[in-house]
Order: sequence, then structure tokens, then C-alpha cells
Amino acid sequence: MLFLELYIFVLAGFVGYMVITRVPPLLHTPLMSATNAISGISLVGSLVAAGSHRSNVATILGFVAVVCATTNIVGGFLITDRMLKMFKRDDPKVKSPSESK
Amino acid sequence: MRENLTQLSYVLAAVLFILGLRSLTRPDKARQGMQLAAVGMLFAVCGTLINHEIVDYRWIAGGLVLGAVIGYPLGMWVPTTALPQRIAISLSFGALASVLVGVSEYYNALHGVGETIGTARMAALGFEVLLGSLTVTGALIAFGKLQEVLPGRPITFPGQNIANGLLFLIAAVLLVIVIIDPTQSAAFYSMIALATLLGVLMVIPIGGADMPVVVALLNSYCGLAAAATGFALGNSILIICGSLDGASGFLLSVLMSKAMNRSFSNVLFGAFGGGAPAAAVGAGGALPVRAISAEDAAIQLAYASRVIIVPGYGMAVAQAQHQVRELAELIEKRGGEVKYAIHPVAGRMPGHMNVLLAEANVPYDRLYDMDEINGEFPQTDVALVIGANDVVNPAAREDKSSPIYGMPILDVDRAKTVIVLKRGMAAGFAGIENMLFHAPATSMLFGDAKASLSKLVSEVKAA
Repeated sequence: MLFLELYIFVLAGFVGYMVITRVPPLLHTPLMSATNAISGISLVGSLVAAGSHRSNVATILGFVAVVCATTNIVGGFLITDRMLKMFKRDDPKVKSPSESK
Repeated sequence: MRENLTQLSYVLAAVLFILGLRSLTRPDKARQGMQLAAVGMLFAVCGTLINHEIVDYRWIAGGLVLGAVIGYPLGMWVPTTALPQRIAISLSFGALASVLVGVSEYYNALHGVGETIGTARMAALGFEVLLGSLTVTGALIAFGKLQEVLPGRPITFPGQNIANGLLFLIAAVLLVIVIIDPTQSAAFYSMIALATLLGVLMVIPIGGADMPVVVALLNSYCGLAAAATGFALGNSILIICGSLDGASGFLLSVLMSKAMNRSFSNVLFGAFGGGAPAAAVGAGGALPVRAISAEDAAIQLAYASRVIIVPGYGMAVAQAQHQVRELAELIEKRGGEVKYAIHPVAGRMPGHMNVLLAEANVPYDRLYDMDEINGEFPQTDVALVIGANDVVNPAAREDKSSPIYGMPILDVDRAKTVIVLKRGMAAGFAGIENMLFHAPATSMLFGDAKASLSKLVSEVKAA
């Protein structure tokens, strides 16, 4: 099982490296906020900790973890979308709504 | 059955995440791709909620609601100028979530209510908590520096690196102890305490202009901590996302270090600019500086046919991106051509300038990377430098004795004329004299960037 997990880790790392080297510097900030939102996936671990009711300590810690992870997911995806919405091409035919008053 | 559904949702989520990140290679497809990634997240969360281990949904519901309430303003209301600190604080949150999950797993196992801990699992837990705690406080300090709650300059004390090294060594020893004997809870909790302290001490000596590297590196740590959580819980989606995040952060920090011609260790342990900047500044005091009025600068710009705008952190601080776009549009209306030259480490985080200019409705095909545009400076009539300093310092190319020698720069000094918008003659972050400001082709327009640009806009209109 451990080695299977190591395979997953290494292969995902390779995929990440291949994909992310091709992200242009133009989008490096959205990239950071996007990976930040995706790393909110630790929510799946937090959910189990908060809901499995094994001990009060674990439930409380899990609750705080759920709050933190959800904050990152909601805030991260929203801010990434907000940023990406701002990147516009210079196309004289299609004026963006903010320019054509 | 349920378990299979959960796993299926994870596979879907992983595919959508990777497609989402891939969409970021194309600005026109990126938004759609990231929305798909958000759907993937929804799948993963729903897939987890049907997990049979979850017996009580009250705390979960409360946490989800509270998280959404905090997350919404962090996503929608934070101004683009505050993005670096916004990213830093969310790295802290992410790492904290990993740490807390780790601690609760450990606590349960220790008190016999969770799964028992084998050596491999304990190693993963220990690594997760160590790296996570370090990131929590490190990112908090980075946040404080970027938000200017803490002083941005490096805070150093003698023997700092040795002290940090020792602390790290002790934390590593504690980690080994817990791995060998997982019941040593004192060692486990002391390790957390040490790691949080270490996070503070590691980031405190790093100056504001080096923050792009630090934020990217903390991003990488945060991802690795999440991956370690995945190993500890045997959860493959956590491993995948952690690994993606780790790779992304690592790659960005390498790119940023390269853009400053400095090694990782130099950024982390160098406390750049902490040396003797006073002497360097003093030496330049006698050099000639040609100040220019807004009227004269406006005339140069109004009759220029090729203009390159070089934005730096000063533009972000003055929040002058809208005035920049207004000026560029005026010049274009008069028949001039305007391009923007973006240095990889301009601003306080990777890609900072691009987002600011995109917000001001500057089309992204006018934004050029350093390598794309450096050849064009000799044919440029006016290079307009707005609050940038070290990234346009020709000493990096010419002066072998300069601390920034070898750093790739924008060749602004090769333009026919240069106008520099700057508050005053203070040296840049690195505390190094910039000969560009004393060059015969350079004129300086002193004052707040936003005010100067507004003046330029009205003068160009009148010209």
C-alpha cells in the first residue's frame, strides 16, 4: 500500500511539473491562488476528523480544520475566477462591456 | 458500495483538477477550466460526506458554513494590490488544516480510539505536522511583512543561521523519536512548538522584495504537508493534490530565484540588503540627476511613436494601474505604440503586475515578459519606469562588484530616452546605487506615482 501511494505521489508530481512549466508568467498569480484553492482538498481529511466522533479533541480540531479548508476552497476559487475574468485580449471588434459606455 | 462511490468522486476530482491547471496555460480558456476544477472539488467533498466513518454532521455543517462566510470576502472583496498577503494568509490556513488533521489523528490513536499507528504512518504524520506547523507561522510572518504590520526589512541577529539550524536539528531528532516510539507524545507536541518557532525565525530575516520566492516556497511546503496528510490517512486524492501543489510551488520558487540570479539558500539564509547599504547610497550622492517637470515629460510621451512602460512595486503601492492605462490609451490615440515590460520579480509575488494591469483593463497581449521585449528597447523612444528600481539597474549587467551582478534585468538603459517616476532618490530594496537614474538619457519625475501619472494624463491631453 505504501509503495502504491509513493507511485501516486511521484506520478502526480511529474504531471504537475509538466503542466505547470507551461503556464505563462502572465498567469502566475492565478496559478498560485488556484493551487491554493485545490490544496483546500485537505477538507476531505478534516471532514472525517470532525464527523467521526471518536473523541471531543479530534472533533474540535477537525471542526477548525474544516473552517480553514473551506475558507481556502471558497475564497481560493472565487478569487481565481475574479482574476481570470480580468484578463482580456485586445480585440477591437469585441469591446469589453466596461470600455463601451 | 459507498467506498467505491467515494473513490470514484476522487478520481473525477483529480482529473478535473489537472485539466483546470492545464487550462491555465491558455488565458482565454483558463476561467472555464478553473470552474471545472471547482466542480471537481464539489464532487470530492460530496464523495467524502457519504463516508461511513462520519456519524455526526453538526460540526461539519457548522464548519462548512463558517468557512464559506470567511472565504467569500477573502475571494470577492480583497483588492488586487493586496493579493500577495491574501495568498500568504491562505497558505497559513491551508497548512493549519493539515496540522490539525494530523494532531487529531495522532490524539485518537494515542488514546486508543483511532487506528493504531505503524512506523510508516507515524513518519507521514510527523512529517506532515512538522512541515505544516512551520508553514503556518512562516506564512503568518510573510503576511505581516506584506501587510506592513511587521517591518518589511530583514530582521537579523548574530548567529541566526546557527540558531535556526540547531532548532531544526532538535525538531528532526524529536521527529525520529516519535517515529521510533509513537507513544512519546511529549516529543510530538514539543516538535510542533519548535516547528512553529522555526517558521517565525526562518521568514523574519527575509526582506520584502524577496517575498515572491518565500511565498512560492511556502506554497510548496503547504502542498507537501497536504501530501503527507494523504499518506497518513491513506487518501489518494490528498496525495495527488498535495503533490501538484508542491510541484507548482517548487517550480515557481525556482523561477523566481533564477529571475534574481540567486540560489534558494541565498534567499533563505542571505538576509539580502541587510549589509551596509548606507555606504553605497552615500557614494552616489554627488552624481548628477536630471529632474523633469510633468509638462516636459508629457510632451516627450505625446510625440513618441514607441513607448514601453515598466511597472514595479511602486505602481502597486500607489495603486496607479488605472492611471497607467489611461495614459497608454492617450498615447495610442495619438498614434504611438505602447507595450508593457514585466520583470518576473516585479512586485511582491509571481505575476503580480500582470493581474494589476489586467484589472485596469490593459489587454494581456500588450504585456511582455523580459525575454520577449528586451530586444526592443533600442528602438524605443521613451521607456517609462514606474516605481521599479533593482530590476532595471544596469549594474546587474555591467558591474561585476555589484551585489546584484548577473541578475537578468530589463534593458531600459538602452532606450533612446528614459523617464523614471519615483518618490525620491532613495536606493532600492537592495540598497544599491542605480546608475540608470544618472544616465544622460534619463530624466526623473519625482512624486507619488499616481499623482504624477494623473498630471501626465492631463498634460498629454492638452499637448
